[in-house]
Amino acid sequence: MSIVSLFLIVCLGILIFIAYFHISNFILDHFVNNKSKKFSHETSIRAVIFIAPAFIVLFIFILYPFFETVRLSFYDKFGRDFVGLYNYIWAFKDPEFRRGILNNLGWLLVVPTLSTFFGLVIAKLADKIWWGTFAKSIIFMPMAISFVGAGVIWKFIYEYRGPGDVQIGLLNAIIVFFGFEPQAWITIPIWNNLFLMAIMIWIQTGLALVIFSAALRGIPKEMLEAARIDGASEFRIFFSIIIPYLEQTILVIWTIITILVLKIFDIIFAMTNGEWQTEVLANLMYDWMFRGGGDSGRGSVLAIVIMLGVIPIMIWNIYKHREEQKI
Amino acid sequence: MIKKINFSSLLSQLLLLFFVIIWITPTFGLFISSLRDKDLLAISGWWTSLTTTHVNEIYRMSGKEEQIEENGYFIIKGNFFNNLEGKKIQSFGISSKRINQFKIGEIGIFKDKSEVNIFENGDYIWKSLNKFEKKKGKRIFTTSLSPPKFTFDNYKEVLFKEGIGQAFINTLAVAIPSTLIPLIICSFFAYALSWMQFFGRDTLLAIVIASLVVPLQMSLIPILTIYNDIGALFGVAAKSYPGVWMAHTGFGLASTTFLLRNFIKSLPNEMMEAARVDGASHYDIFLRIILPLSIPAFASIFILQFLWVWNDLLVGLVFLDQVPSEIILTAKLKELLGSRGENWEILTTGAFVSMTVPLLIFFLLQRYFIRGLVAGSVKG
Repeated sequence: MSIVSLFLIVCLGILIFIAYFHISNFILDHFVNNKSKKFSHETSIRAVIFIAPAFIVLFIFILYPFFETVRLSFYDKFGRDFVGLYNYIWAFKDPEFRRGILNNLGWLLVVPTLSTFFGLVIAKLADKIWWGTFAKSIIFMPMAISFVGAGVIWKFIYEYRGPGDVQIGLLNAIIVFFGFEPQAWITIPIWNNLFLMAIMIWIQTGLALVIFSAALRGIPKEMLEAARIDGASEFRIFFSIIIPYLEQTILVIWTIITILVLKIFDIIFAMTNGEWQTEVLANLMYDWMFRGGGDSGRGSVLAIVIMLGVIPIMIWNIYKHREEQKI
Repeated sequence: MIKKINFSSLLSQLLLLFFVIIWITPTFGLFISSLRDKDLLAISGWWTSLTTTHVNEIYRMSGKEEQIEENGYFIIKGNFFNNLEGKKIQSFGISSKRINQFKIGEIGIFKDKSEVNIFENGDYIWKSLNKFEKKKGKRIFTTSLSPPKFTFDNYKEVLFKEGIGQAFINTLAVAIPSTLIPLIICSFFAYALSWMQFFGRDTLLAIVIASLVVPLQMSLIPILTIYNDIGALFGVAAKSYPGVWMAHTGFGLASTTFLLRNFIKSLPNEMMEAARVDGASHYDIFLRIILPLSIPAFASIFILQFLWVWNDLLVGLVFLDQVPSEIILTAKLKELLGSRGENWEILTTGAFVSMTVPLLIFFLLQRYFIRGLVAGSVKG
């Protein structure tokens, strides 16, 4: 496809949506002007015009697939015959699945905790230093990079050459400098998960950092000054005032990163593809979607397991929103 | 007292500096590596390229065709380097066993009694009493100091030979509509959810909020099935650009709607009321009041969604064919990780090309990016 035709398709795709809103509203205005008696219907018709495209997309891409995936999880690999709980039973007997669950739990434990912790510490450190904004920019920057790009960056850091060769990976070069044996970090089971998690922490700390920076500015100065006058050390202030004050923010950041980590796919897919015991649920699901022509039953089961992890957060979200509406 | 404060401030600055160095080093290393000569990249760490280093090389002098006769000697002259490199030879050798046998200024003597004189800038003079007979000259082993040297060769190769250039254009063709379409339809949706009265509005909002956290994995298999059915029914390709646009629109819809709704809802009611009294329709209000006021919010959401789509791998992998005319940057990069895993010049350069647009947006529009993230997180 030439660049010109690609460009035309892109423009056409966008214009269709602008045209829809413009033309439909134009027709409605015209209609209303001619028969102003029917004014009472105007708002509801316009509401339909406004909502329809978004709702149709929401229905096709989120709502229908949600129920279809639940249905498919009880059917065979082609989605034709009902097989009851067979796919679920398979999953719990499958060692790869159990490995995925275990690893996902590890990710859930480590990544949100450390990202939030580093984010908070760095936000506090950078708070009142003249080059703090610059420092925050640097630490925030990985947020803009793709997981695959970050994968390449870190694969280069973890690069392994045999003992005696010149190490071009930074980590091994440091290790060798201190007189240790170089290691193929990515292939050491169990530990390699930590090296993959480091990538995610490197990326997500920036998110925690900017949100905490905004929140730190909201802490009343009088409170901090009163504590200082009473002779509290900065450490004491950090743990006894700042952390309790930011409790809500910490919780929010924790949930955001938790949701991201539940779905973690790109890093594993690009770095190890689940080998050396680094399998996670999302990668296993992708595998089952396409392995041997695809198995929609098993793939769906894996999607549902990921979904189950999110449901408590979803309920909490809606509950919180309801509370806000009441106030 | 003052001393103590300075000390703790210094300590926290040092700690922050430590974090900054750890965070920037990986990206910096990638960037430096992408600019290095590919042969050097494979044999030395990128950090060595920042300072002047010793390099050992082998050169071959010219053969008999270059010789001239002068004062009874047969002489071959030449230069090992092209002058751009700026290398300085420190020592040289005439056999592989002792590559540092001679210092600059000393004269190397071969078995056939011919003598060679090497200069710092790479010039050599090789003279002999007998006529040179061989077509090829002898080998010289040099140890020279090499200043930092960078090149754009890797970029040329990656962009035009490895298909990253085409993937870059493909990614743009995916990302721009996948960002603008949700922005268009969600702004109307968000307006309706904030300022229009209709049956089931709260339920709809609850559905949107619930959809915020539904993993897109839940949608992959059914959507792919729909696309395949449509493709088979109309005899068109199941995987196409419009397909991937709509998929991204679907997956970004909830968050875009939610963020826009929070913003539009916060606009003052009086303005809308006044316009309605004047007989403006909802569409007029949307175009004349909401749209101009929402530009900053649009900018934030545009950046969030654009970066999300640009950096996405899974959706591009599932809903596009992995062929040169459709493959996106992240998928291409992943492919290179598999097929060219040892060619670090290609990987580092490819990765950096894929990061150019996000980094540009990041440094130019950081304010909007952060505003969007903070707005999204405080509620979501």
